[in-house]
Amino acid sequence: MIYRETGQFKTTYASDQQLFPILQDRVFVIGALAFAFAVVPFIASDYMFRAILTPFLILSLAALGLNILVGYCGQVSLGTGGFMAVGAYAAYNLAVRVPQLDLLVIFVLAGLCAAAVGLVFGIPSLRIKGFYLAVATLAAQFFIDWAFARIAWFTNDTPSGSVSAPPLEILGYAIQGPQRKYLLVLAIVSLAALAARNLTRGAIGRAWMATRDMDVAAEVIGIRPLTAKLSAFAVSSFFVGVSGALWAFVYLGSWEPLAFDVNRSFQLLFMVIIGGLGSILGSFLGAAFIVILPLVLNQLPTMLGIPLSTAMISDIEFMVFGALIVFFLIVEPRGLARLWAIGKEKLRLWPFPH
Amino acid sequence: MEALRRPGTIAFFALLAVAAVLPMALGQTKFPQWLEVAIGGLLTGVLYSLVALGLVLIFKASGVFNFAQGAMVLFAALTLVRLAEKMPLALAILATLLVMVAMAWLIERLVLRPLVNQEGIVLFMATLGVAYFLDGFGQAVWGSDIYTLHVGMPKEPKIILEGTFEGGVLVDMEDLVAAIIAAALVAALTLFFQKTGTGRALRAVADDHQAAQSIGIPLNRIWVIVWSVAGLVALVAGIVWGSKLGVQFSLSQVALKALPVVILGGFTSIPGAIVGGLLIGLGEKLSEVYIGPFFGGGIEAWFGYVLALAFLLFRPEGLFGEKIIDRV
Repeated sequence: MIYRETGQFKTTYASDQQLFPILQDRVFVIGALAFAFAVVPFIASDYMFRAILTPFLILSLAALGLNILVGYCGQVSLGTGGFMAVGAYAAYNLAVRVPQLDLLVIFVLAGLCAAAVGLVFGIPSLRIKGFYLAVATLAAQFFIDWAFARIAWFTNDTPSGSVSAPPLEILGYAIQGPQRKYLLVLAIVSLAALAARNLTRGAIGRAWMATRDMDVAAEVIGIRPLTAKLSAFAVSSFFVGVSGALWAFVYLGSWEPLAFDVNRSFQLLFMVIIGGLGSILGSFLGAAFIVILPLVLNQLPTMLGIPLSTAMISDIEFMVFGALIVFFLIVEPRGLARLWAIGKEKLRLWPFPH
Repeated sequence: MEALRRPGTIAFFALLAVAAVLPMALGQTKFPQWLEVAIGGLLTGVLYSLVALGLVLIFKASGVFNFAQGAMVLFAALTLVRLAEKMPLALAILATLLVMVAMAWLIERLVLRPLVNQEGIVLFMATLGVAYFLDGFGQAVWGSDIYTLHVGMPKEPKIILEGTFEGGVLVDMEDLVAAIIAAALVAALTLFFQKTGTGRALRAVADDHQAAQSIGIPLNRIWVIVWSVAGLVALVAGIVWGSKLGVQFSLSQVALKALPVVILGGFTSIPGAIVGGLLIGLGEKLSEVYIGPFFGGGIEAWFGYVLALAFLLFRPEGLFGEKIIDRV
């Protein structure tokens, strides 16, 4: 009843091909964006910004990139942490060595560096598939870990191995304080999500999906596997690199290579799987789930009044995390995005049963 | 063995052999030292292949890439070391074995059965979830200290071949005994697979699940058996690694070391796991000692992976793996 499309007739091709053809969708998305941009900065607490909103947005950007690679193009990648690190350290080096550049330009260039690295490490995908490719991307992860830990040029020869980002400033406007950081990240992520949605709706997105579904058949009908796979790696690594730069500059402030290790890669893969492969919304839902879960698990024992040592709480976190992942995979292997889609379908019929 | 005759594979190994002996050819090192490093690498490789064996077993029989193998190694080692504090060692080993069988049954019931027929990536993610769960569970139940495991492994290194080479060659006796144990385990497993009825059933399931089921092989029981055997292998690996490093959380990261071994050897091949382990171990040690100093050290972390990756480009299914056939 609420979600019906009755009465919504399209009279131009443009209106038929628009991003959100159903009016209710348009209203919801624009409302949500307006809420996020105009209302949230005033009502959320500092803790909400620092601990929940900003990391959620940045990680959902990374999950978006990974979803393009794994969900839309079918190339399993466990090296995402490494590509985030490339983005972060590229941004750091640009900020330190070429300080005249504006912050947004730095982020874009860092993304391009990560895209180049992603392209190089994506070359094996032309020959290797499936789990073998996953392990090959682990090679990328460990190599990048080692490179940023051992090659002093990347860290500007710091003796301690951890580097700090310079104060953030865009066109003379200082980005200090959680609200401004949140707005910056929100703006970047919204634009990125729009770009990703349009990419996946277009010809290149269809090439990716064809490669994912039946790559030999795709090649037979004329989709070049080189272009499809390498472009997926490049675009995905661009998003992941930008998110790495954001993570380092906006969220962490100062970091060391361990912030982008193999656990980060697994965390992003969890987000994509739980959120839903091949879905833009899924990346956001998965990121929200993974960001909020540890916080909830941490607070739960204190809220329930059970005294537990921190070691025990952290062990229980691991257990619940693992159990929830298995539970999710059993109940809905296509992720939270599928649950959302089912919800919308039920909403079309509500209040009628069929 | 057909794998060894292909020109690409031969070229690859020729290149490797040349690279391996290069330090001696360039006069950087003498043969005894090189032999020491090589033997050390081979023995470490055997330890990797112990973990890889469990991975291969499970992949062969259920098509699941079990990322939880490392967590199983840690869990087995933790259970053993804590039980051994309360009862004689032999009894503790038996009790741990029972625990691993129970765990295998639970995993089959709660994780594998509901996920039958799902895609590989979903099953892989499920084993990742199981790995996280086991990590947390093991430490919650048994504690997270570092425990020393005393199973009677020799701790002093021994100098051999003193007559042939001046000063002799230093060999870590513990690694040598571990290699012997691994060899015995592989022999036992091979006998099990080739000579017993259950072993034949396991091979049938590995070949084709549906066909095996249609001739009456109970898939669920087979999977419990496979995961139990993998648990046994994890226990042996846990004993060996735990005795060497002490039983601590980082033991579960050993699984990450075993991945390139499985890649190199092929996901479905037991001899592949052994050969792959030897090659990766050898390559890692040689590269760390002779190439490492040029790059500031720490090459071990990624060399194994890069080696496996390079080999994959020549032969995508690994050394002894089944050829990947894509149906369009």
